[in-house]
Amino acid sequence: MTAYTPDALISADIHAYLDGHARKSMLRFITCGSVDDGKSTLIGRLLYDSKTIFEDQLSQLEADSKRLGTQGENIDFALLVDGLAAEREQGITIDVAYRFFATETRKFIVADTPGHEQYTRNMVTGASTADLAVILIDARKGVLTQTRRHSFLAHLIGIRHIVLAVNKMDLVDHDQARFDAIVADYADFARGIGIEAFTAIPLSGLTGANVTSASPAMPWYGGPALLPHLESVPVAVDRAAAAPFRMPVQWVNRPDLDFRGFAGTIAAGRVAPGDSVRIVPSGKTTRVARIVSFDGNRELAEAGDAVTLVLADEVDCSRGDVIAAADSPPEAANQFEATIVWLADTDLVPGRGYRLKLGTHTVGATVQPPAHVVDVNTQAHLSAKTLSLNDIGVAEVYTDAPLVFAPYADSRELGGFILIDRETNATVAAGMIHHALRRAQNVHWQSVDITREAHARQKGQQPRLLWFTGLSGSGKSTIANLVERKLHALGRHSFLLDGDNIRHGLNRDLGFSDADRIENIRRVGEVAKLMTDAGLIVLTAFISPFRAERELVRGLLPAGEFVEIFVDTPLADAEARDVKGLYAKARAGEIAHFTGISSPYEAPVSPEIQIDTRRESAEAAAERIVEHVLGIWSFEL
Amino acid sequence: MLYSVGKDSAVMLHLARKAFFPAKPPFPLLHVDTTWKFRAMYDLRDKAAAAAGMELIVHTNPDALAAGINPFDHGSRHTDLWKTEGLKQALKAGGYDAAFGGARRDEEKSRAKERIFSFRSASQGWDPKAQRPELWNLYNARIHRGESIRVFPLSNWTELDIWQYILDQGIEIVPLYFAAPRPTVERDGMLLMVDDDRFRLHPGEVPVERSIRFRTLGCYPLTGAVESEAATLPAVIQEMLLTTTSERQGRAIDHDQAASMEKKKREGYF
Repeated sequence: MTAYTPDALISADIHAYLDGHARKSMLRFITCGSVDDGKSTLIGRLLYDSKTIFEDQLSQLEADSKRLGTQGENIDFALLVDGLAAEREQGITIDVAYRFFATETRKFIVADTPGHEQYTRNMVTGASTADLAVILIDARKGVLTQTRRHSFLAHLIGIRHIVLAVNKMDLVDHDQARFDAIVADYADFARGIGIEAFTAIPLSGLTGANVTSASPAMPWYGGPALLPHLESVPVAVDRAAAAPFRMPVQWVNRPDLDFRGFAGTIAAGRVAPGDSVRIVPSGKTTRVARIVSFDGNRELAEAGDAVTLVLADEVDCSRGDVIAAADSPPEAANQFEATIVWLADTDLVPGRGYRLKLGTHTVGATVQPPAHVVDVNTQAHLSAKTLSLNDIGVAEVYTDAPLVFAPYADSRELGGFILIDRETNATVAAGMIHHALRRAQNVHWQSVDITREAHARQKGQQPRLLWFTGLSGSGKSTIANLVERKLHALGRHSFLLDGDNIRHGLNRDLGFSDADRIENIRRVGEVAKLMTDAGLIVLTAFISPFRAERELVRGLLPAGEFVEIFVDTPLADAEARDVKGLYAKARAGEIAHFTGISSPYEAPVSPEIQIDTRRESAEAAAERIVEHVLGIWSFEL
Repeated sequence: MLYSVGKDSAVMLHLARKAFFPAKPPFPLLHVDTTWKFRAMYDLRDKAAAAAGMELIVHTNPDALAAGINPFDHGSRHTDLWKTEGLKQALKAGGYDAAFGGARRDEEKSRAKERIFSFRSASQGWDPKAQRPELWNLYNARIHRGESIRVFPLSNWTELDIWQYILDQGIEIVPLYFAAPRPTVERDGMLLMVDDDRFRLHPGEVPVERSIRFRTLGCYPLTGAVESEAATLPAVIQEMLLTTTSERQGRAIDHDQAASMEKKKREGYF
């Protein structure tokens, strides 16, 4: 058995060989199929035939093949790829593994996503960086449900090159009629989901037929073998370079007062010194003065290059902004329709605040209930109220700041986003923007002459939102009322929002389910924000049990204006007081979703003020809060 | 940035200097020292840090120092205490929320699935189930206090990419990568270099001068050399490409079980 046999050029002219290596293009692809389809065998065969396997690895492989393999005395290529057996023993799960090989003309990274569990999540992850998908079919079985699922996901994530690898042709006597029937069957399906073109190749990973070169066993097949096809497919970088210039700003490079550059990776197009550019979303225009690099200034940079741009004018520009071709800038909006793939064990909570990261920009965002979810096996649209692990749905997404974007179909860099849970920091979803909502494009912020600063100045105060949170009966309203009285006596302008004036009016359509509680707090937050814009000191007294929503409201306000006040009363004490008799009813099962009894309360982690009601009287607490608030003012003034 | 003075570290440091130019990289270099590295590594370490204008933090595990842990008497405990424990101590002492490392996915089967942003719990443990999906080039770097992230910017580089880039950019690497006559002894099928007088010779063992070079660098009594005449970078690369055994064979740490890397990772080795 021959292992690694080096390229003749290596001994003849190492410089020429390395020069060639430096100029090789890179193709990233994903293989879709299960172990049963011979996927690991095929990848192992590609590594083996492209001479990427060294002698010691080969001897290890031979030993493993005898011990664990399924191919008798022959080499089991699957073992080369699979570390899976050992990993199962240790309880380690593979989700996406990346393998590397190179030929004389191209370098390859293969994303391999074994297993059936969590398949959607893993495949979408592996496919997100791939230019091409190899969909494996067992020639004996033909197009299966999983073939349709893999193809749908590959198409969904925007892979333009689909290879239908009809494997195990040796087991159907290399029969052309069988191959043609499978291809016809697949073509019908592919057209139906919008795949415009695909390349079908009959092969055998086991025998190597049509893997690296045309097989004499299938003279009727006139197309390329798999590897030559992978070597000739155009890669995405070429396409991105032809689009208008866009560079999301990653970092402002400011080592001293004399230098200010904007660093980032060019998402699309080309740029040269002298080019007119526009900063989006601000819309300011300027020119590129220099493209700075460690090796001197550059005359040109293009998609994929990481560069630092120096601009001709002192324009406002920071991380998350996009520097773009002045005559064709991208859009900015704060409401979108998007396809969302849910990646977390905990379901989407519509209306809850998440962090959304797109390009270099992270903003607060909420997701509306999905318009529909897609059954990945049948591609049927189903109705749903939420998204669970591995669900794919279409929903509206609202962000709390304008986002510079492009439809995902045009740009993965400016159209793909992830959602991050505010509480756990987990990556919970991946999204692909379809388009901005019409109303978002048409609702421009009305520019106002009297600014929030002017409002506050007239009242002689700094606006604040004093957010009281705690269990029912903890004393939030009592303390908040005392604080407001003191502020009033000191001549401050304030307003108290509580359950009575909100639940009976603005929010009378809401109940007490988790979703309604979230919407309740969101509305309170928005109203409170408007009142702080008017210069008021706003006090709110709501249980507001979820950290994520409190953080969402904090994010609505300028830094320092949100003051979280945790009225910390143990459940036993609050229940013992039971001023309104609610705990008794909840214990009796008469009130559903009662915080502390049948619904959780997430205590603040680091509130600005914490009040232990067992140790501090309401009067003393109110005094301390007023001091805290006024203290901040005197510090700032 | 974890800086081990090896060729991958050299490339990573070079990339960081380019990325932040004309500013200096806004983080320090951290070398987790075992006191048993090759002398030539210490020389280049100090020189490279000075050239980059970056702060160099050197951590030596005081417990290992006090216990006199060494590669001759303590076998795998040497690596555990100096490297694994030492790294944990150093990261904890610095309170770093993220640390760059030079590991590549092509090095070893168990690394093929490693994330580029690898999440560590507050106890610095690596839980495969807690790793975050990485889509496109969107990395989620948000953590709670006490948690941290190891970042592997060279994940998608191959060994040949590393060598080719060193040649192309003229990056200085430790001279031990190039063949030269050096004092050696042959032991358990490995060629070891007698780098200083702490090396314990067995009865009858006499250092022999051989023309050798190293494919990987670590603690000198644990790192096997190969006999070679390749004294220039192109010659080394040529020899690497023409050779028929893979890179890690010279590292004693791998001679345990196949899944040793996986285990070491869970213990916090990387």
